[in-house]
Amino acid sequence: MTQRKRKLGRGVAMVGAGMSAFGIRPDVTNRELFAEAFLDMVSSVDRGFDPQDIEALYVGNCGAEMWESQSVMGALCADVTGLTPRPALKVEDACASSSVAVREGIMGIASGMYDMVLVGGTEKMSILPTNWTTMALACGSDTTYESAAGFTFPGLYASMATAHMERYGTTHDDLLRVAIKNHNNGALNPKAHFPKTIKDVMDMRKAQAKEKGKPIPNWADEMEFLHDPRYNPVIAWPNTLFDCCPVTDGAACILLVADEIAKNFTDKPLYIIGSGQASGHNLHDRETLTSIPAAKLAAQQAYEMAGVRPQDINIAEVHDCFTIAEIMAIADLGFFKEGKEAATAAGEGKTARDGIKPVNVSGGLKCKGHPVGATGAAQVVEIFQQMRGEAGARQVTNMDINLALNHNIGAHGTTAVVQIYERR
Amino acid sequence: MKQIPFTIASYDKFIEDKKLMASKCVKCRAIWLPPRPICLTCKSDALEWVELNGKGKLVAFTVIGVGPMPMINAGYNRDKPYCSGIVELDEGPRISAQILGVDVAHPENIKIGIPLTATFVERGSWHFVEELARVKKTYLAFQA
Repeated sequence: MTQRKRKLGRGVAMVGAGMSAFGIRPDVTNRELFAEAFLDMVSSVDRGFDPQDIEALYVGNCGAEMWESQSVMGALCADVTGLTPRPALKVEDACASSSVAVREGIMGIASGMYDMVLVGGTEKMSILPTNWTTMALACGSDTTYESAAGFTFPGLYASMATAHMERYGTTHDDLLRVAIKNHNNGALNPKAHFPKTIKDVMDMRKAQAKEKGKPIPNWADEMEFLHDPRYNPVIAWPNTLFDCCPVTDGAACILLVADEIAKNFTDKPLYIIGSGQASGHNLHDRETLTSIPAAKLAAQQAYEMAGVRPQDINIAEVHDCFTIAEIMAIADLGFFKEGKEAATAAGEGKTARDGIKPVNVSGGLKCKGHPVGATGAAQVVEIFQQMRGEAGARQVTNMDINLALNHNIGAHGTTAVVQIYERR
Repeated sequence: MKQIPFTIASYDKFIEDKKLMASKCVKCRAIWLPPRPICLTCKSDALEWVELNGKGKLVAFTVIGVGPMPMINAGYNRDKPYCSGIVELDEGPRISAQILGVDVAHPENIKIGIPLTATFVERGSWHFVEELARVKKTYLAFQA
């Protein structure tokens, strides 16, 4: 492929970001989740703005056709937010749908076509019973050759975990420490699906046992709790329940504007300085099972465009749909060496909120939740709040956050998007 | 003789006849399983069918208790889990398949690298529409 340095035709800034509460939301549909995120975004724009100035929408949605028997989510989200008749594009790229939507919106502004666009995503997942949700998610892999072989999503990532364990000696405890870390962060996120530490969950289970007059389990710590198959069963070996992100309803959106008008809306705009996207083969056709090649490529493109290096990034939101995914992500992004160094980063506190490279301070997909079509945009919402010092109890305080990154994987690595944000 | 097209339907028909067929690039000799209509290495569309010997080794795996509908309908569940894996064939390519004859009750005993032989199983089809999901199909699997 011919290599040409890619750059944006003109600068793009974020001036607003918002999200719905994440969780099981039985009383609302996709479009209403999106409206909730939209109103939250509107209230985040410091000097306010007229939503009628929005010129186009880009809405990530992975599978409303399956979960809600509903397509045309772009137009429906325009309708509910009062933005009809603006062009509204529904973007589907599995779990990276909304990152691709963000990127398409960036290009809409960079091209000169628009000065202000709304980008984001929404997903309502809790409607279907587990077996059908498993089917709907599995449609993100190659159903002819992967799903038909019995692979589920937890199963595909579990396979990568077994390959990682075989090659690098990674242990299941290394994986579980990622979950513990992300729950420690998510416990401080009021919009997270499960705003609890794993220790909180363990104490809850003890209290429930006591209430029911059953013997109270005497786990010494959260790791011992996680080793108990009665409370942390295997989903797809070696992935246990606490290695997996939950099935979540939620939406998120961001207001993008041309950089020359950004200061009309806020004194603290954030600038998108790097964007990369790549596609990948089915898992069995890749040269490696312990890394996601598309993520490495997307990261390389984003770093090159931004003119920064992995070590310059202060914080990152990465795609931890399963614990092994975060271990691969922080290596693919160049933060840690692939193998033991990346596998032990969470356990050694390097990626903790007060660590040298905080990763998933929002709680990540693991704890905050993973409404697939909204996840990428929700990562950007966290970055928006962290970079502006507005993240409340989970604010990173041991550094100035001048550069941040999000890493969003579609399916098991058939799409990857990496974007870099700067505070000036 | 007219060339059999390099399609999923052709591959499925070979599997139904219990033959593991791949596409081989006439130009660069690369072998593709699942078969492809365009060689990924040299981008040529000059391909031929070759039969693989069905021998390979396990390179990654999982044991699943919560499966998709075709596996549930085939009788698998939390109490009767199954193994799916990625198999590297003697001829080089890798493929996803169900792995039979391994200790699914003790996945920690399943070893990467074990030799495997192709076999064929019958299950319902992968489809959301019940009438189509009921249609039985032959799938590639591997026996430990």
